[in-house]
Amino acid sequence: MTATLTDPNRPAQAPAFQKISPARQFKNYLAMTLMGLAFLVAVVPLVWLLFTVVSNGYSALVNGDWWSKSLKGVLPEQFAGGVYHALYGSIMQALVCALIAVPIGILTAVYLVEYGNNGRFARLTTFMVDILSGVPSIVAALFVFALWVTTFGFETSAFAVSLALVLLMLPVVVRSTEEMLRLVPDELREASYALGVPKWKTIVKIVLPTALSGIVTGVMLATARVMGETAPVLVLVGYSRSINFDIFGGNMASLPLLIYNELLNPEEAGQLRVWGAALTLILLIMFFNLVATVISRFSAIKTK
Amino acid sequence: MAKRFDIKDLNIYYGKFHAVNSVNLAVPPRNVTAFIGPSGCGKSTVLRSLNRMHEVIPGARVEGKVLLDGEDIYASNVDPVEVRRTIGMVFQRPNPFPTMSIRDNVVAGLRLAGVKNKKHLDEVAERSLRGANLWNEVKDRLDRPGGGLSGGQQQRLCIARAIAVQPDVLLMDEPCSALDPISTLAIEDLITELKKEYTIVIVTHNMQQAARVSDQTAFFNLLGVGQPGQLIEVDDTEKIFSNPGQKATEDYISGRFG
Repeated sequence: MTATLTDPNRPAQAPAFQKISPARQFKNYLAMTLMGLAFLVAVVPLVWLLFTVVSNGYSALVNGDWWSKSLKGVLPEQFAGGVYHALYGSIMQALVCALIAVPIGILTAVYLVEYGNNGRFARLTTFMVDILSGVPSIVAALFVFALWVTTFGFETSAFAVSLALVLLMLPVVVRSTEEMLRLVPDELREASYALGVPKWKTIVKIVLPTALSGIVTGVMLATARVMGETAPVLVLVGYSRSINFDIFGGNMASLPLLIYNELLNPEEAGQLRVWGAALTLILLIMFFNLVATVISRFSAIKTK
Repeated sequence: MAKRFDIKDLNIYYGKFHAVNSVNLAVPPRNVTAFIGPSGCGKSTVLRSLNRMHEVIPGARVEGKVLLDGEDIYASNVDPVEVRRTIGMVFQRPNPFPTMSIRDNVVAGLRLAGVKNKKHLDEVAERSLRGANLWNEVKDRLDRPGGGLSGGQQQRLCIARAIAVQPDVLLMDEPCSALDPISTLAIEDLITELKKEYTIVIVTHNMQQAARVSDQTAFFNLLGVGQPGQLIEVDDTEKIFSNPGQKATEDYISGRFG
């Protein structure tokens, strides 16, 4: 009689599987440890930085005037005033920049993905965008100075800063939008064509709405990024301790510019303002990132 | 409404590559024509050239004539957008618009063509969904996204979307290849009903399906690697599957090929 697998009387066999060998266990622990260390190396400076800025700067922020007053008439050694003027400047310069850069960037990306066909002009455009993304911010600022101020004869202003920021923001918007548009499946475009919808309408009504969530996220992150740019504000606009609503003329403060100027102030009050403004800038950028997350959640494609 | 196709001496190229060689074929109205044949033989290419959809691929071009009720859809003064409005298409994979609700998906063709009358759109949505045998399953959730439906339902949604613009011809590119047998049966039943009103051309890899749903079958084959695809023969479906005129057809339908 042959012993089948179901035979209860068949002799027990040694298990076919064996323990993990010590060499493999060791390699596993080694890799885990290295990854843990890499994580720490990345996180420790971040936490340290945040801790330093928060602990040094938060006492400036709790002052009620911080969010609503400028530094007009405030003496260097005086613990008073706020950063309303700089906050306004930072937000305004970034928004004007976004207003110019976003339409151009999205249209460029639409051209590259939908019309370029990877032809000579499309490849040239991609190449140029790549170069632009490698341009240091000080070079962008000097270029705008040479063009806007020296050649055209306009005065330095917040708008000139926005123009320089456009050069820095444009490649980021083009790149992120391009990637989002390429993620839209061709099947959707074909489905739309098959209904007798012209190409431009397919792009406006089908492709862009499908990619909207990603495009918005990219734009918000790019906006947050240019807010921290310092070189353009150093070159293209003068610092002002009071509020200036006119983006086309006069000096206008912004958070990086305020930090730079208050660094030159040896008084303790100046140090506090530097830390406070740094914390404000971080909070502002964090706020924009948060808004980006909320918008992308809100406009994300739902399946339920 | 339903129109006839006359394909005359149609050659299709992708750049320098000659994809399909000299197809001559008549597709009668209110009739289902099936294209069968091995992969890469040009069935889908021919199908996509019937509503100028292959032009989406850069470098694609055709020679010859495709007459829709005697009118050449490749004439120089014909707008491809108009052609596609008249000749609808259903694709291999269901592709509802992910940003739109079920109702908006169905009436997308009309809305994007500028129709705004809400009452009219709702009527069209209901009529098309009923036409696609989907109304009873989705009537309570018309405002939900189309992407939440099952694969078979999504494909019927796409058929509803295609018939909502009331085309003269419906092209189907392997519409059941991504579906389970029950959904496939639902779609085959639907095709049999739709042929009362539409001229239908369907590409399929499933020969039983071709035998079940079509009135006329065209067999395409590839003479060799790098050679263009050929239309081997076209005849009544019954004849193709019982007594084909060509040896290659018989080999293919009986499973002796390659």
